[in-house]
Amino acid sequence: MYKAFLIKYGEIGIKGKNRYLFEYALMDQIKFSLRKVDGQFEVTKEQGRVYVEALTDYDYDEVIKALSRVFGIVAICPVVLCDNNEWSNLCQVTGDYMERTYPDQHLSFKVFARRADKSYPKKSMEIGADMGEYLLDRFPDMTVDVHNPDVSLNIEVRERTYIYSISIPGPGGMPVGTNGKATLLLSGGIDSPVAGYMIAKRGVKIDAVYFHAPPYTSERAKQKVIDLAKIVAAYAGPINLHVINFTDIQLAIYDKCPHDELTIIMRRYMMKIAEHIALEEGSLGLITGESIGQVASQTMQSLRATNAVCTLPVYRPVIGFDKNDIVEISEKIGAFETSIQPFEDCCTIFVAKHPVTKPNVRAIERSEHHLVDVIDDLLKTAIETRETILCE
Amino acid sequence: MEIYMDNAATTRVYPEVVQLMNKIMEEDYGNPSSLHMKGVEAERYIRHAREILAGILKVEEKELIFTSGGTESNNLAIIGGALANQRAGRHLITTRVEHASVYQPMMFLEQMGFEVTWLPVNAYGLADLQALREAIRPDTILVSMMCVNNEIGTIEPIADAAAIIKECNPSTLFHVDAIQGFGKVVLHPKRIGVDMLSVSGHKIHGPKGTGFLWVRDKVKVQPLILGGGHQKGMRSGTENVPGVAGMARAAEIEYTDFENKLTHLYGIRSYFIEEIEKLEGTVVNGGRSRGTLNQPAAEHPEACAAPHVVSVSFQDIRAEVLLHALEEAKIYVSSGSACSSNHPAISGTLKAIGVEKRYLDATVRFSFSFDTTKEEIDECMAQLGRLLPMLRRYTPDGRKRGGKRV
Repeated sequence: MYKAFLIKYGEIGIKGKNRYLFEYALMDQIKFSLRKVDGQFEVTKEQGRVYVEALTDYDYDEVIKALSRVFGIVAICPVVLCDNNEWSNLCQVTGDYMERTYPDQHLSFKVFARRADKSYPKKSMEIGADMGEYLLDRFPDMTVDVHNPDVSLNIEVRERTYIYSISIPGPGGMPVGTNGKATLLLSGGIDSPVAGYMIAKRGVKIDAVYFHAPPYTSERAKQKVIDLAKIVAAYAGPINLHVINFTDIQLAIYDKCPHDELTIIMRRYMMKIAEHIALEEGSLGLITGESIGQVASQTMQSLRATNAVCTLPVYRPVIGFDKNDIVEISEKIGAFETSIQPFEDCCTIFVAKHPVTKPNVRAIERSEHHLVDVIDDLLKTAIETRETILCE
Repeated sequence: MEIYMDNAATTRVYPEVVQLMNKIMEEDYGNPSSLHMKGVEAERYIRHAREILAGILKVEEKELIFTSGGTESNNLAIIGGALANQRAGRHLITTRVEHASVYQPMMFLEQMGFEVTWLPVNAYGLADLQALREAIRPDTILVSMMCVNNEIGTIEPIADAAAIIKECNPSTLFHVDAIQGFGKVVLHPKRIGVDMLSVSGHKIHGPKGTGFLWVRDKVKVQPLILGGGHQKGMRSGTENVPGVAGMARAAEIEYTDFENKLTHLYGIRSYFIEEIEKLEGTVVNGGRSRGTLNQPAAEHPEACAAPHVVSVSFQDIRAEVLLHALEEAKIYVSSGSACSSNHPAISGTLKAIGVEKRYLDATVRFSFSFDTTKEEIDECMAQLGRLLPMLRRYTPDGRKRGGKRV
């Protein structure tokens, strides 16, 4: 029944002279998300609106699912197109639409009419009033309520007429690619994919880094991270996942530094490596899934200690979230089940029984000094031998 | 060189089996239920498979029910056996070291109101036959016991168990899970008083998704999969013709020149144990020497091992880490029980035989095939000799023991 979808976008509308940039980015993202959906679609921009028109048969649920993952979309309205604008035909088509969409006709409605085609014989107000009258005649159980209608029926007369009343909420945010790129430290856990999702939602393109420690972490753990990157990519667009072999660095730390500082030192080197890759790949910041106090390495003191090695801003979108809040988003974006698969990641293997929770940056630096002979080479090798996997 | 030492998880399919299955899939692809020639041809493969398998077990051809594998066979025997005989009683007996495809159906039946007695085992994993004798009651309808333990390779004394069961309650059915035993032990279930026997194809170099349940004539079993009434209504669904034929061919090869192959494999196993015990901090779990289906003599309880499985605990090493380290050297093994290794649940068998807590997560299963060579064992030992000291340096407890704090 629906031949097109009207895409409503929010914040883009207020972007002044840059607005067209945001609109084109949105259209690109829409096309990208529809590429795997059966059928042919045309994405057009017309008088400040974006339309997706189906040129062939298509699967309605698939299209809605694809569109509801495009950041920047506030709402998706399935539209019935009326090719013949002649008034009696328009009434017929609109009435049929109401009949099929609302089989239980006990409802109040209001007609919002717009006449983009100014040569059309009826003015907007007249279209609204006359259509209301037609519908009231045809469906005696319906009533008009101009203040609080159950159904807001939109009729837009252009070359063709667009009829819609349903509005499916989109994810909001801004189109990916309109706000630069950032590098996500992606582990196999629950938090980091959510963090990536949240920053991507603000229009940021995502690059990801994963620290692999064979044989201490398995191929399956790596596969899990690839799967998570793909889940985030369904929203954020294609993600380049950089897989770093971290084993030698981890063993060197283990060999030479105090055990209770293992995790914090390890995380500092992870941040260093991530920043190096971020700068190489043109990212403007780092993203982590840290949340204050969640584990020993995420206390305020630990965060300060890990933050100290970076110059790029580190974005921590779930910093003030409880685990439950993060899980809720994780479930919403479909990452949770993958995240909870029980494979070791490199943070859990070498963890000390009682890691420091209030590290002192000076003390940590002194400990790191034990690595001074080897660490530059190890970091260089780790960065140079990284494997990059395109996840989409 | 790739060294596959995970043959208790699954095996490489014999080339002869692949060849036969290819021919069936490409040329003789008929449905055995079809009335035309194509169907008759397909049916011939099934008949021939029955002949081979029944010949090996020395049972009747009509007593075999082909299934989708070991799990289905165990489910059919236990759930189907219990449902069909519940009027005679609702008491079941099994051991604490069974595979999940036995204990899960048992637990399911418990929820349905059946009563289950779980027999203890000794340090070698041998079921306590005295406890069995005491557990059998007039309302005991089924005893299920494995032939060879999948985690430690112990051969259970099923011949003695069968004798005890028939002595205490002749109407109690005895089911044997022979999924790890078939192809590694001479099995004549009918002669020793077994009533049902489960077998899987992919453990004996046959295809995955194949298996059968042998059910002694006149034993009542409620079919679990209903439909077109194939296999006399015991297991509906078009027979997996290439799979069944492939499994039978694999069994035929497995049992050819069997005694010699068995001697070779026990030799391999002894050599492996000898060599691995030379390495520091290793403990071999379960029996040591060649076992039989009868209870081992009291003075040699260690004589209860199947030839192909060795379970080894490594001091201060996480099994999963060792597994991945060996994997890098192209040596493939399992941690705990491979079938469920994806979730690191602690093994039931290892707990039941009293393996120390610190070893539960530090135990690796090596499992051989008749093709395993001494050279492969040597290579495996060389790698272990290299890896163990390295891995021990880097475990949370490792450095404390020998090392100084920096």
